Amino acid sequence: MTGGLAVRAAVGARGIDVEFDAAAGEVVAVIGPNGAGKSSVLHVIAGLLRPDAGTVTVGRRRLTDVAAGLQVAVHNRRVGLLLQDPALFPHLTVAANVAFGPHARHHRRRGRHIEPRQLADHWLTEVGAADLAGRRPGQLSGGQAQRVALARALAAEPDVLLLDEPLSGLDVAAASAMRRLLRGVLATGGRSSVLVSHDLLDVVTLADRVVVIEGGRIVESGAVADILTAPRTVFGARFAGVNLVGGRAGDDGGSVLAAGQTWRGSAGPDVIPGGAAIAVFAPAAVSVSRELPADDVNVVAVGVAELDHRGPVIRVRAEAPADGGGGLAADISAEIAAGLRLIPGEQVYFGVAPKDVAIRPA
Amino acid sequence: MNPGLPRWIYVPAALGALFVVLPLIAIAAKVDWSRFLDLISSESSVTALVLSLKTAGASTVLCVVLGVPMALVLARSGSRVVRWTRPLILLPLVLPPVVGGIALLYAFGRLGLIGKYLDAAGVHIAFSTTAVVLAQTFVSLPFLVIALEGAARTAGSQYEAVAATLGARPTTVWRRVTLPMLAPGLVSGSVLAFARSLGEFGATLTFAGSRQGVTRTLPLEIYLQREADADVAVALSLVLVVVAAVVVLAMGGARFGRGPFEAEGRQ
Repeated sequence: MTGGLAVRAAVGARGIDVEFDAAAGEVVAVIGPNGAGKSSVLHVIAGLLRPDAGTVTVGRRRLTDVAAGLQVAVHNRRVGLLLQDPALFPHLTVAANVAFGPHARHHRRRGRHIEPRQLADHWLTEVGAADLAGRRPGQLSGGQAQRVALARALAAEPDVLLLDEPLSGLDVAAASAMRRLLRGVLATGGRSSVLVSHDLLDVVTLADRVVVIEGGRIVESGAVADILTAPRTVFGARFAGVNLVGGRAGDDGGSVLAAGQTWRGSAGPDVIPGGAAIAVFAPAAVSVSRELPADDVNVVAVGVAELDHRGPVIRVRAEAPADGGGGLAADISAEIAAGLRLIPGEQVYFGVAPKDVAIRPA
Repeated sequence: MNPGLPRWIYVPAALGALFVVLPLIAIAAKVDWSRFLDLISSESSVTALVLSLKTAGASTVLCVVLGVPMALVLARSGSRVVRWTRPLILLPLVLPPVVGGIALLYAFGRLGLIGKYLDAAGVHIAFSTTAVVLAQTFVSLPFLVIALEGAARTAGSQYEAVAATLGARPTTVWRRVTLPMLAPGLVSGSVLAFARSLGEFGATLTFAGSRQGVTRTLPLEIYLQREADADVAVALSLVLVVVAAVVVLAMGGARFGRGPFEAEGRQ
């Protein structure tokens, strides 16, 4: 009914130039390193930041059109905002917080028959917080406050919902419950949603598509499954938890030459010999040793940057190469790690069999 | 918990405290308690006290009306003009009040910058009760603005941004979110401004003079009585000390009391 969201915006001062859309009912995750401009993009959509050029439209409604000098005020955009900080109004009860939106609109558009209070009750029930209606924000836990903030945002009936790391302030249990709630809410109602997150779990459970922003530009976008299984950028790869090496495809298309190193692997379709290509492989496929491994695997000498344990495995992260990009990662078992007694700063060999390396065009 | 301060530091600290408290004790000791009520209820004293309360009240209202918008603009606007204006606006905070009085005189006095036009229009401000209120407002306004600006900065603008996304117009946001959230800062700022107005001396004397019942506020009355009847001056001083003490306690209540916002701020 509302139609989707379409954004094209450039903000010179922050080096941002992006273009993407979110269909009605779709959830688009915006990910990227800190300072990439993710929040600024949300602010442009919400009308809190004026772009230097571009347009923001929702369905047939134009919210921002710089060329035409059009900038619909924040309160008339019907764009909801859920932040990491619930930002509940501390002087109002939970019910009054949720009724704030309906109340504000009620004043301007008489003829609506549902009372703000009824709407508040409805949305508080939707988020499972009906019993909190009479409380003050100061009496809520972080998870409860974020539920109420969601009810408040939804009660204003936005056409677009912007979520700026809504779960990152919560503990694991509260985040998990909130994630479940968001999943149910975002899937219904036909509104477009844009989610900024650092958390892989948020993206795989909540989003339909992913947009990767680096340095203010969109470097990668696509369906969640595609980005996570076949990332094309170092950030996308790191986010998905896989290794990515960028370079040029070898003559046979089955290898990538990067920084003097040849990575042999299985060639995907569309790899052009000599063209830009990437080699992608899982940390679990990487072996770590002090002696040079056998000839039939890809070998690279790396310095150990840090060790970290994730469940039963030990993740060995290598120092980032001098030419930028992320350091490679290897997941090894605790026994092997114990045998190696690795210390950060040490030189070791990372090996990965060609069959575990996927070569793709970049 | 506390690693402890070096012991010697308590000596200058105690000296400082004594320095502040001793004069107050001296006043209380000097008061002629048997005649206290008579002393403070003489006609000139009561007139001065009533004038002081009225003018301080009026200047506090003026401070709130002008100071709240000023504080919000200072806290929220990123404009360069606003940033450059800020030190100018806060200047009366450090300006000697006498200088403030002179400045007011040359702005609103009969021959002043604006005063000459006002005078021609039949409006005489200098040496009137209005002048007292203006002098008090001039010195008190920065106190309220500073207290409120700090509160507005601490509260942050994200509440206002969220309120706007919920469909509230700027005026509605201001009325339903900004102002209620600033209420504690507004209370302490107003109390400060009232106290400063009540004690105003230099600017008032210079700009408004000392006419009984018209411009002679309590501090001026105390200064005059000191020559005529020291006992009256001491008794009236004690009255102002009590008012100041009430103000300090009220401030403490506003700051340390369990306001509705402390719980939220702590999480």
